Amino acid sequence: MNPDGEAPEGPGEAAPRLFHSVKLDPDKCVGCTTCIKKCPTEAIRVRKGRARIIDERCIDCGECIRTCPHGAKKAVSDPLSMIAGYRHTIALPAPSLYAQFDERWSIDRLLSGLLALGFDEVFEVAEAAELVTARSRGLFEAGPAADLPKPLISSACPAVVKLVQVRYPSLISHLAPLLPPVEVAARIAKHVLHAGEEGVGVFLVSPCAGKVTAARSPVGYARSALDGVIGIKDLYLPLRAVLGQAGDRIRSRAGRRGVEWARTEGEADALGERRSISVDGIASVIGVLEALENGKLKDVAYIEALACPAGCVGGPLTVENPYIARNRLRNRAEALPENAPPLSYEPPSDLGWSEAVAPRSALALDPDMLKAMIMMEEMDQLAAALPGLDCGSCGAPSCQALAEDVVRGVAVETDCVFKLRESVRELAGRLLALEELKPPGLDKD
Amino acid sequence: MKYRYAVPGDDFSMAGKASAEVKRILGQLGIDPAIIKRTSVAMYEAEINMAIHAGGGIAEAEISPERILITMADEGPGIPDIELAMTEGYSTAPEWIRELGFGAGMGLPNMKRNADEFRLESAVGKGTTVTMLIRLAPAPVAGGGGRA
Repeated sequence: MNPDGEAPEGPGEAAPRLFHSVKLDPDKCVGCTTCIKKCPTEAIRVRKGRARIIDERCIDCGECIRTCPHGAKKAVSDPLSMIAGYRHTIALPAPSLYAQFDERWSIDRLLSGLLALGFDEVFEVAEAAELVTARSRGLFEAGPAADLPKPLISSACPAVVKLVQVRYPSLISHLAPLLPPVEVAARIAKHVLHAGEEGVGVFLVSPCAGKVTAARSPVGYARSALDGVIGIKDLYLPLRAVLGQAGDRIRSRAGRRGVEWARTEGEADALGERRSISVDGIASVIGVLEALENGKLKDVAYIEALACPAGCVGGPLTVENPYIARNRLRNRAEALPENAPPLSYEPPSDLGWSEAVAPRSALALDPDMLKAMIMMEEMDQLAAALPGLDCGSCGAPSCQALAEDVVRGVAVETDCVFKLRESVRELAGRLLALEELKPPGLDKD
Repeated sequence: MKYRYAVPGDDFSMAGKASAEVKRILGQLGIDPAIIKRTSVAMYEAEINMAIHAGGGIAEAEISPERILITMADEGPGIPDIELAMTEGYSTAPEWIRELGFGAGMGLPNMKRNADEFRLESAVGKGTTVTMLIRLAPAPVAGGGGRA
């Protein structure tokens, strides 16, 4: 790792660069320490007055986007203009989109609005979510899935999957080995409804940065069927502008169960497993994963864990307040039938992961345990000598993190302002002592 | 490397800090996640026990390339019948503790299950010491008498 964001230099360390959708706008960043404190994987350092993201640790949760007071963190998503490059374009609206608009605009009208923006077709992610729910139920039935460790952790939130990889590798086996609804929707739209056709483009209308990353470098499957991911906030105003003329022709198919996936408890309610717990907000998710790792959640069968407050409706690419959005979603869902009408197509038979999910050991000090132990001892001594205020002035989130950066060779002890002051004082004392000394020839005594 | 933590006896919402800290250290040492999990489960159970039954105590973790040695020592009431205490489901925890999801009588058996070696020494009125060893390197072959 390298907080300066430069490629590592050591031999054998030339790991492929990880794609991340969370980026910094250097013109807006003032080098304050708000984001470094909130990052759940301690993936940010302030260097030379700017925040730097450590790629190996970033899980694209968007917490820094949410907390930056200067709007300097952003999620890079694709522009709407991108759809011009395809013969036939399909919009995949995440159900959180429906919660951005007042209920007087029907879901049908929102979908028609997407067509008015230039898409040729829409396919609701919520419809795919219902299929994922059906497969998730299968994980609790007798059969090969009976061997899966319980509780299972939903793998629908890409930030949670990555959090497990980076911070809770012992829990990887608990992740439900299923494709997320967005990917299922993309595969149905592209490989089922338009199988074998050329020039078909499939675009997610997304509430979050994590799904942008998942489209480019997915976890659990090799390649995404998505061709682009457009942020809800980039589409909001153009979509709002066309709603007046869009009409209410019936286009929506998804039922209440699928639509409610966009809010916390929606997935668990749809699953209908009574021993499920639902948790949202990255700090609360961490609390639950810690408890699980301590063996405390013995009576829990399923964990719906979502990185954003109130669930996907609280995603960093949304525009409405998460709690208002959640209320709207609930109201909209109440008017819907429980499930989508019978499918007119044959869904993909395999919605399971095709690749093993590996730990991302970004936290180990060194691959060689003996070396790591030596570094750890040095780090403990350094940390004990630091003031323990966790002030962040050094650019690291805590004194412990600075000690770690020092032993990793990417920071020095005097990055700590208190240590620097100590050194200056010591130096001043030595200067005074030197000043007292006189060459023997000048010494009158 | 040796780490020492005081486990508070008066605030059991703080119990779990020592095992969380050891978990962080083991992660930074690059230890196999499965071993980290066993260690944290065993140590967490012991920490909770200390907070519930013994009014706190001292937790120690000694880490070497071969093993992790966890020693949990308290000066609590002690365990009169160790064999009974080791029985799955046996618990002396009060009702309110059980309602919090603890005290199911699985603590000690769970510690034993997750550790490669487990020792429980207790004297009524004096206290209890639980020692748990988790091996990192393969166990020495029989005949070597590899007692830690």
